[in-house]
Amino acid sequence: MLTKRIIACLDVKDGRVVKGIQFVDLIDAGDPAALAVAHAEAGADEIVLLDITATHEERGTLIETVKRASRGLFVPFTVGGGIRTLDDASAVFDGGADKISVNSAAVARPELIDEIGRCFGAQAVIVAIDGRRSSSGTGDASDPVRDAEVFIGGGRNPTGRRVIDWAREAEDRGAGELLLTSMDSDGTRNGFDCELTAAVSEAVAIPVIASGGAGNAGHFVEVFGRGKADAALAASIFHFGISSARELKVELASRGIPMRLPC
Amino acid sequence: MSGIAVVDYRAGNLTSVVKALHFLGAEPEVTSDPDVVSRASKVVLPGVGHFAATKFLDERGLSEAIRSRAKEGVPFLGICVGLQWMFEGSTEAPSVAGAGFLEGQCERFETIEKVPHVGWNSLEVRSDSRLMKGVASGDFVYFTHSYRASLHHDTVAVTDYGGPFTAAVEAGNLMGVQFHPEKSGKTGLTVLKNFLDL
Repeated sequence: MLTKRIIACLDVKDGRVVKGIQFVDLIDAGDPAALAVAHAEAGADEIVLLDITATHEERGTLIETVKRASRGLFVPFTVGGGIRTLDDASAVFDGGADKISVNSAAVARPELIDEIGRCFGAQAVIVAIDGRRSSSGTGDASDPVRDAEVFIGGGRNPTGRRVIDWAREAEDRGAGELLLTSMDSDGTRNGFDCELTAAVSEAVAIPVIASGGAGNAGHFVEVFGRGKADAALAASIFHFGISSARELKVELASRGIPMRLPC
Repeated sequence: MSGIAVVDYRAGNLTSVVKALHFLGAEPEVTSDPDVVSRASKVVLPGVGHFAATKFLDERGLSEAIRSRAKEGVPFLGICVGLQWMFEGSTEAPSVAGAGFLEGQCERFETIEKVPHVGWNSLEVRSDSRLMKGVASGDFVYFTHSYRASLHHDTVAVTDYGGPFTAAVEAGNLMGVQFHPEKSGKTGLTVLKNFLDL
């Protein structure tokens, strides 16, 4: 049986993990390479590393980090953040990433999805979408979920595009998966946006990874059920009483969610 | 005789496969040169992406080199599209012929489930397989694909996704896996180690 995936996410700036999941017993808890391997060993089904480094010079640090992390990593490894060109993607793949994730750059120039997909295969391209429920319009025709809007630039800039339309275009252009972050839920710990996740998941045939809002194991049960998510991103949940992906997965399995166990 | 040839046919990213082989102590040589394949002690054909990419194998004389090396009994491992290439072809690219090691065509999943099939799915393993030695039924491996081979008499591991399909084949020295052993944790490393140990 195909299992639901728990994906550990690390946000990295200047080569250091700034947000995400800490392991107290690591000698260097800010080292993304060490953390990536630790998460894989603690049962994560995949690892995502998002680079929020601003400057060009620091991209070199990222590639070094990717190389170090991938050396001991034998689960799928996705790298995102600042990938604007096919060359950027190639460098990350050469470093040992299996998939890349593109966000703002793909909205600005959607052909980027086609280009990377042609070169590295659709399975290697994740399109990350930051979406917020629509608040405009109060008429009967307005649907805050179906009209949810795509934001770029780390959620700062509205694009005027509907999340569902962009998800479909990304699929048509050859994206292999979608990583959907609900800006309404992100950071709340009140649960994923299951309505938005389900709306996107039903609109496309490719897998949808849900992100934003996880606060407890029950939230994962909801997003895999009602939310129709194929995978879910776990970041800060490991700060709040759940020690590892393994512990989370054992709990989810006991509640009827298919999980890769033992892991 | 040289070592392990990992055939590069411009079909995506070989880094992960090579890295996993290194991790297991092998010294693979990534090559698009038929002469290197002809001298190799083992041949690995990875591959992600579109079946049409295997056309490059014909154009570069690699198909012929792999076929004759395999005929000499050298262990061959096809991964993902590499497994599909072992069959006669794929409906993904009907004009491109596979190696024809195994009869049959690969076809797109016909299922109400999502396609591509992405993620960790479980195996049913045939116990007499050398490639799958130490892998138990119920163990999980990582897949990402839209096309698959149906069951064959040389199928040694089966996975179910809207119906059973071939997760691994083994016909003497000719072996293939639809999953990605380089991304399948300890189970995947066990499979690669079995191949290296042949």
